[in-house]
Amino acid sequence: MAETIRPAQTDIGPPHYEKFLPPVIKANYGTWKYHEILKPGVMVHVGESGDKLFTVRCGSPRLLATETIRLFADLATKYSGGYLRWTSRNNVEFLLTDQANIDPLIKELQAAGYPVGGIGNTISNIVHTQGWVHCHSAATDASGVVKAVMDEMCQHFEKRQMPGKIRIALACCLNMCGAVHCSDIAILGIHRRPPVVNHKDVNRICEIPTIIASCPTAAIRPATVDGIPSVTIDEERCMFCANCYTVCPALPINNGLNDGISIWVGGKVSNARTEPTMSKLAVAYLDNDPPRWPAVVESVKTIVDLWAAEARPFERVGEWIERIGWPAFFAKTGFEFTKHHIDDFKWAGTTFRRSTHLRYA
Amino acid sequence: MADIPKTPLLDELMEGPWPSFVREIKKAAKKSKTASGLLAQLERSYTDKISYWKHGGLVGVKGYGGGVIGRYSFLAEQIPDVAHFHTIRLNQPSGWFYTSEVLHKLCDVWEKYGSCLTNMHGSTGDLVLLGCRTEVLERIFSEVSNDIGFDLGGSGSDMRTPSCCVGPARCEWACYDTLALTYNLTMRYQSELHRPEFQYKFKIKSAGCPNDCVASVARADLSIIGTWRDAIQVNADAVGEYASKGLNIARDVVNRCPGRCMEWDGKALAIDDKSCVHCMHCINAMPKALAPGKDRGAAILLGAKAPIIEGALLSSVMIPFIKLEAPEDPADEDAYPELIEFIEKTWEFWNEHGKSRERIGELIQRVGMGTFLEEIDHEPVPEMISAPRYNPYVFYDEYYEEGEEGEEEEEE
Repeated sequence: MAETIRPAQTDIGPPHYEKFLPPVIKANYGTWKYHEILKPGVMVHVGESGDKLFTVRCGSPRLLATETIRLFADLATKYSGGYLRWTSRNNVEFLLTDQANIDPLIKELQAAGYPVGGIGNTISNIVHTQGWVHCHSAATDASGVVKAVMDEMCQHFEKRQMPGKIRIALACCLNMCGAVHCSDIAILGIHRRPPVVNHKDVNRICEIPTIIASCPTAAIRPATVDGIPSVTIDEERCMFCANCYTVCPALPINNGLNDGISIWVGGKVSNARTEPTMSKLAVAYLDNDPPRWPAVVESVKTIVDLWAAEARPFERVGEWIERIGWPAFFAKTGFEFTKHHIDDFKWAGTTFRRSTHLRYA
Repeated sequence: MADIPKTPLLDELMEGPWPSFVREIKKAAKKSKTASGLLAQLERSYTDKISYWKHGGLVGVKGYGGGVIGRYSFLAEQIPDVAHFHTIRLNQPSGWFYTSEVLHKLCDVWEKYGSCLTNMHGSTGDLVLLGCRTEVLERIFSEVSNDIGFDLGGSGSDMRTPSCCVGPARCEWACYDTLALTYNLTMRYQSELHRPEFQYKFKIKSAGCPNDCVASVARADLSIIGTWRDAIQVNADAVGEYASKGLNIARDVVNRCPGRCMEWDGKALAIDDKSCVHCMHCINAMPKALAPGKDRGAAILLGAKAPIIEGALLSSVMIPFIKLEAPEDPADEDAYPELIEFIEKTWEFWNEHGKSRERIGELIQRVGMGTFLEEIDHEPVPEMISAPRYNPYVFYDEYYEEGEEGEEEEEE
């Protein structure tokens, strides 16, 4: 390859977003008056001017082939003047001004296998990480679990029938690239065994003081093994966070036999009604069971079905559990309550029940 | 044309109503050997229940320290097509708006050099090009920057690509221009974005209202959340319409108000705006009838992060209200002076006192919020806390010496 490469333009930043805004948005920027959900996956925004912008939203697996991006682009050309956007939950939104284009667009999206929905009181798309598709520290796959769960939940994506909003997220290890810790239902990959120390490589490719400093529980100590500097790990103190592996590849933590999934509930980021809050542990461990992780799907379905049946209008999962109490949550779901559900990290005491506000139903 | 390997386990994920990522990889594999290799490797992972990607690798483009994630396979000998599988992060346009034309152009480049696979989008917001070899990185960067006007996003210990909600482009609740602010911050901090010089990552997310559609309170070190100071705007007729269409205003709106600031007598909705905590619930429930007030701005919160290292944190209030008027020139360096001053003082403190891989939220936990506020010369205000401390272990640093003035007054 002898040809030269033109020098890249550095520090030009992203293209200015205005280049990609449809004329109706430019004309009504900052002066939208209200919106209404017209039917599943379709809403209209009405401007002070009286202009209307129709949004059609479809789900995507986030991992998209260029062929699919071109398909969305061509549909946008055909139906929405070539304008479209993505949402923070990996949905695609077509920005239409001609109401007559809504149904033909929906028909084409559905025919191509991309369900339309996810607006209002539905189960929107799952925010997730890379998993075995691209990550070195993944304790489970991401896309596969999401696909299996969403196959079960797709009916709730396509219909508005839930008591309120429900957000599901998945992170394939507790690095939590997707910061799933504030979701109604969080599916979290976990390791359960300490890293294996490759003594030959530790001092060759990593800095031992950095490794030691990386451990939040001070479980890692310097050691000389077979005459070479290395580290040892106190297994009793290791809580499998993989932070040492992140700083040193010679401490692999992935373990096909013991890695799996935990499920957390009741978190939210919105300020509506109650304050933003973290998700709490519901199921401490489920085996990795590819390709369809049936126990994970079943657990999510259990939570969703109970919440859908019991929650009052607008109540999120955490608000519902707060009302019925955690004992009722565990009794109704049938999830086993174990010592693992009781916090033993920092500030653990703040989660102990320090009153006699108990229910005995 | 690449050979498509047999993938009996993955094929089970081609069934079912939700769009299948396996189908996406197979579409890409028609054109790309890399995508085909990915199928083979992923099938192995599904068999053995483990990842076959190696840990990191130093690759990148000239002049930058971030934007490319190096990825190599443990199975390089068996599956040479995925020996390299690097990721390029492209800085997305504010609000994730695109045109068909620009998407086709990006696809052209990626089909020429990469796996034909993308993430739309990564967790932080970037448009992710997933899987290519080291030798094409510069070519891709050259073509996307010269011909399409895109630049790389952040990775490693730098300011990560800022992102925002749809904002005033399509939302009546946007209390400031999230797109303009995100663009301005991104342009202002190009060097911080492309050249990792921080202790660790620093994420900025801009949400137009307290619904926080970009999860900034949980996912960003700096969370900029739109809000308002004056009265909620009420269209009384439209409130009545919601009631007549079956919304139970007393039960589902008034009784759920965390500020206990509403009354509904069956005809009129009364709001005591002084008690409103700006949660958005009533506005969400009746979008045609209620709207945020007109004196709009944002609250600035700091410190959210995922569990690694010291545990997950949510951001907490630093500035209860700030006006964020968008400048005429989108890249104006004099815009948002109060916010910029806060960001830069925070970075200065973090750069000086933070440990390697310590996020700002963890540093504040370690040194104490009081110390942090004093060091960045930021006044403590009661909006910063949910309650004052309940333990008496106070680090008092003011006291009287014998015979000092003021002693008499103290002893009265």
